[in-house]
Amino acid sequence: MKLNEMKLTGIGVSPGVTYGPLHFISKPKFEKPISVSLQKIFAGLNIVAEYLEDQSKLVTLDVAKEVIEAQSMIARDPELFETFKTYFPATGDVSDARDSIRLCFAGFKDSLKKIGGYFAERVSDIEEIEQLLFHVLTDLPITQTLITHECVVAAEDLSPAETANMNLSFVKGIFVAKGGPTSHTAIVARNLGIPAVVGCGNVKVISESTSVLIDGRSGNIFLDPEINLVNELVKKEKNYQKKLLAIKGIGQLKDKTKIELLANAGNHADAVNAHSMGAEGIGLFRTELLYLSQNIAPSISEQVNLYSKIFNDFNSKKVIVRTLDAGSDKPLPFLNVEKEENPALGVRGWRLFRDHKNVISDQIKAISIATENSSCDVWVMAPMIDTVKEVREFVELARSFGLKKVGVMIETPAAAILADKIFAEVDFASLGTNDLTQYVMAADRLDSRLSDLTNTWHPSVLRMIQIAGSYAKKMNKPLGVCGEAASDPLLAAVLIGLGVTSLSMSPYSIREVKGFLSTLSMNKCVEVASEIVRCADYDQAMNLARKALI
Amino acid sequence: MPSQIVEVASSVGLHARPASIFVKSVVKTGLQIKIGKPGNASLNAASLLSVLALGIKCGEKVEIVVPDDAPDAELVLDELVKIITTNFDEIK
Repeated sequence: MKLNEMKLTGIGVSPGVTYGPLHFISKPKFEKPISVSLQKIFAGLNIVAEYLEDQSKLVTLDVAKEVIEAQSMIARDPELFETFKTYFPATGDVSDARDSIRLCFAGFKDSLKKIGGYFAERVSDIEEIEQLLFHVLTDLPITQTLITHECVVAAEDLSPAETANMNLSFVKGIFVAKGGPTSHTAIVARNLGIPAVVGCGNVKVISESTSVLIDGRSGNIFLDPEINLVNELVKKEKNYQKKLLAIKGIGQLKDKTKIELLANAGNHADAVNAHSMGAEGIGLFRTELLYLSQNIAPSISEQVNLYSKIFNDFNSKKVIVRTLDAGSDKPLPFLNVEKEENPALGVRGWRLFRDHKNVISDQIKAISIATENSSCDVWVMAPMIDTVKEVREFVELARSFGLKKVGVMIETPAAAILADKIFAEVDFASLGTNDLTQYVMAADRLDSRLSDLTNTWHPSVLRMIQIAGSYAKKMNKPLGVCGEAASDPLLAAVLIGLGVTSLSMSPYSIREVKGFLSTLSMNKCVEVASEIVRCADYDQAMNLARKALI
Repeated sequence: MPSQIVEVASSVGLHARPASIFVKSVVKTGLQIKIGKPGNASLNAASLLSVLALGIKCGEKVEIVVPDDAPDAELVLDELVKIITTNFDEIK
């Protein structure tokens, strides 16, 4: 190891090896008073606007260009200037301008937040301008926040808004100090096939490094590595990829037990991708995209068109359609869902059926029409189910439209514990491990401070899955997994040992999981899983799995 | 003063591209053009933040008012109405 070379280790959440210039996204908190005048703020906004205008010319991606252009217009917005005039004296320095500056932006942010939907997404654009202005006013370089060249991104933590804002086509790898395997960063990286490591602890030390090598499989990060090490790991990765590519055919264990490997998809592009990555079908077809930012529910024929497209992509294969999974956490204007204190616990998923029977039954009708017109093996399932009464409602409705394979998601502890009663009503079930984890642990999965709690490796969560899995086995019903857990090869093996029969994941994870499962027998999975549920905590569970399975 | 009430055609509403294009055109005229919900066109149309904060969705109406003293006021109004009634998402 070179003298200035440094190694960090975190949790590898998206496999692959990547090397590139380091782009550290620092988010200083600006804890010291900032003494400025109104004129200086206006000059600062002008610098920010000019910077953004320059950036928008450099960016090649159209979508990013538009966003940055809009941001530069906001930095020059006459009403923003007017607002500043009401908060600051016409001349002279204010001893600490921080709160007033924040207030000037807050009014605009609040009104966009109130509108919701697409409009609320712009709040992060305004926040970025605010952040840039603070950089300028404190003489910090502002070239860091926007990504305009290929690089590996590092940060203390990345919010969904920040990742959404990033020009991901330039991002070759990501690593963050905080977060777990189900964190937003991990999900985004996996979905795009970008190598990523989370939870690598202190990233402050890295801000002085210039290049970085990350291994999203082992979780190792090398700062300013020697070129020999880079070559070695890249070569190793290439060989591993070759080995994975050589594994042909369907997903199965060493003893030939078949494990269906399916992909999660939300649109046509995902489905095409899934196909090329060797998915045996779609295990979770998210239908929300069609509804987002619509003033009225999409018509039955619009829906039939979209569903048919996806069904055609997977001709004669299995496609599991999940009915609308929206609610106050993913608000849709036409549903008029009230603002809730606890959206994750509110009217979402199948619970929408209470007040929006037409929206849901129109969707099921559209699915059934698209099914009749295709040769696809279409299965349908409802999200966010608690009770047998809800199961019966859904099953009855779906069957009344002639749908053959009807199931539900198991993503609440209520459903997992009562899985025997639920299986008696349905053809299959699918574990939504992200939500199941959040509900078992009673920890918001969007809150990065709680990322240690929202980890599916917690024995409490695995025991919950064990209950559902044992009923699935006993009653001989298929039990899938469509949460992030399915794309973690080790965890996937444990889930199989607990009674899971199929896995649905981001397309990029399929080869990885397929390769790993082909090295294990069912007996081994069952044996290890039964030991793992007896662990006391998630660290112990993960370590035991690593030792026993790799 | 020349004014008109029009329905927003873009499927994302008066947001993103449509809003930017509209505001850019307003800024170019250098005129004190106002925008708002019908009957209440009191906001500065040269302010992207104000236009966004209206939260106008697809199919909803806005009113645009161009000052009298502007040369070619009618022409300017026509131009702006055309932008609002174009669905930029389809063109793309």
